[in-house]
Amino acid sequence: MSEVVTEERRPDIGSSLQPARRPESRWSVKRQAIKKNKHAYVMMAPYMLLFALFTVLPVVMSVLISFSYFNMLEFPKFIGWQNYSRLFLEDDIFLIAVKNTLLFAAITGPLSYLACFLFAWIINDLRPKLRAFMTLVFYAPSISGNVFFIWQMIFSGDRYGIANGFLINWGFILEPIQWLKTEMYILAIIILVQLWLSLGTGFLAFIAGLQTVDKTLYEAGAVDGIKNRWQELWYITLPSMRPQLMFGAVIQLTTSFAVADVSIYLAGFPSVNYAAETIVTHLMDFGTIRFEMGFASAIATVLFVLMVGTNLIVQRLLRRVGE
Amino acid sequence: MNLILQLRKKRTNRSFMGNAAMFAFLAVVGSFMALPLVYAINAAFKPLDEIFLFPPTLFVRNPTLTNFVDLVALLGNSWVPFSRYIFNTVFITGMGVVGHVLLASAAAYPLAKFNFPGKNIMFTTVVLALMFAPQVTAIPNYMIMSWIGWIDTYWAVIVPAFAFPLGLYLMKQFMEQIPDALLEAAKIDGASEYKIFWSVIMPNVKPAWMTLIILLFQLLWGTDGNGFIYSEELKTLHYATNQIIQGGIARAGVGAAVALILMSVPITLFVFSQSRIIETMATSGMKD
Repeated sequence: MSEVVTEERRPDIGSSLQPARRPESRWSVKRQAIKKNKHAYVMMAPYMLLFALFTVLPVVMSVLISFSYFNMLEFPKFIGWQNYSRLFLEDDIFLIAVKNTLLFAAITGPLSYLACFLFAWIINDLRPKLRAFMTLVFYAPSISGNVFFIWQMIFSGDRYGIANGFLINWGFILEPIQWLKTEMYILAIIILVQLWLSLGTGFLAFIAGLQTVDKTLYEAGAVDGIKNRWQELWYITLPSMRPQLMFGAVIQLTTSFAVADVSIYLAGFPSVNYAAETIVTHLMDFGTIRFEMGFASAIATVLFVLMVGTNLIVQRLLRRVGE
Repeated sequence: MNLILQLRKKRTNRSFMGNAAMFAFLAVVGSFMALPLVYAINAAFKPLDEIFLFPPTLFVRNPTLTNFVDLVALLGNSWVPFSRYIFNTVFITGMGVVGHVLLASAAAYPLAKFNFPGKNIMFTTVVLALMFAPQVTAIPNYMIMSWIGWIDTYWAVIVPAFAFPLGLYLMKQFMEQIPDALLEAAKIDGASEYKIFWSVIMPNVKPAWMTLIILLFQLLWGTDGNGFIYSEELKTLHYATNQIIQGGIARAGVGAAVALILMSVPITLFVFSQSRIIETMATSGMKD
């Protein structure tokens, strides 16, 4: 904080040393601030250079390439909006992918967000030991890597699959169901597995946020006539942890738009009749198999706009929680 | 009844029926979350005939280590020695984690504690980067890697991981709550900013290190090379084990054994660092 103090003193020093000079312009003040904080730039440089090279530059490149025809061999050729018009007007599968992605996002986004909060909130009432254990139970799926292949064994299409086995044994069905080959079930199963995987960083942020809410607020609330846990939740807990709520929303939303691994693993690539195609798998199809880089970049750009746009809108809405 | 009452801390505004309903709900969903993992653990110890039993069972009846023995035999036959896959993953994960913690902390310190031109735009860009998934940048990243000449090297996976945005974000938020008085004291003692960063800030953000470590560990431990690595001898553990898992019905038991080994590492890491991670996450909130 001493920085701020010296900042204010600076013009005085300058004018006393060189009284003849005009009051300093905005730019020279800025240049001096840059000089004085040289160490800040030095420390940030390595990270920021890599960040610019591997995150910022690729986004810019992706937007530029999306306006070209590019096959990785010849120099890209500018073709204007053609990729986009082809994407939205001619590519039927892209529309399926958009539909599926929006469906996944609209269901797993809000549901996983609510689940993260709800379970963090219930767990927060437990004693510390049990709380740590339940946190592990809910968080473990999201960090156990490719263990979601277990779901393939559960929904396996023969009668040895867990789901089929139990349903046949209990007499609900007579013949095994081809879960992962039937369009009707594929989407539901992917949503289920995606939800199972989704209690990750956002969930931990909520657990932590709940523990930082000022305990005296609850006591004061009880005195002021808050009658039950729901009122307490709405009037005290939620407003106190708005920052975590916003952070959690970003994490959950971004993952909910990027469904691909689970889809490819469970439903195959491409899936039956493209029932599980998402924008990301469509992107992989054109980017890594067909090498139509311009077209693939247009898909990536659409995905980028969709993700960032939704996130910004949700951030705006969440600022109103408890107001 | 007493049991349920004992499970929770004394809190106001909690009805008994409400608690009972909440905990019942927690137990049901908790079992749903745990079942696939419990099944995976049990399947790893099941003999093959028990995996394909009708009706299927959840718990193992005659536990055996056959699957693990088969796994070892299978690994002995692989074209590239299996230890090489392990080395590849350990090397990528180790380098990536160390580099990321160092670079992200160094970048987080000025963002958390100083005011300088360009600070806001830099931080806003990092927050924006949290809002889209890495798949968006996959194609240009491949081109950039080929310009640098890093295709088919470890570096194509390691170096981009250094600039993982979530790590910088969490580290910066955590550093903000370190009291300024601590920095003032060091400054009065004549320490340079670099010295302050290294000997005052870094020891005070250990919980955040753990968080960055586990997040990046998770990211790199499960990497399959992101499409950058082609040579068999550079491929990762995740890739090699996926080959085993995809071996079909005959490999179901071995696949479960592999899954058990793979998932036990990040879970163990989390068990030991949980409290420090929660401490970091407490500062993760986004301010307006």
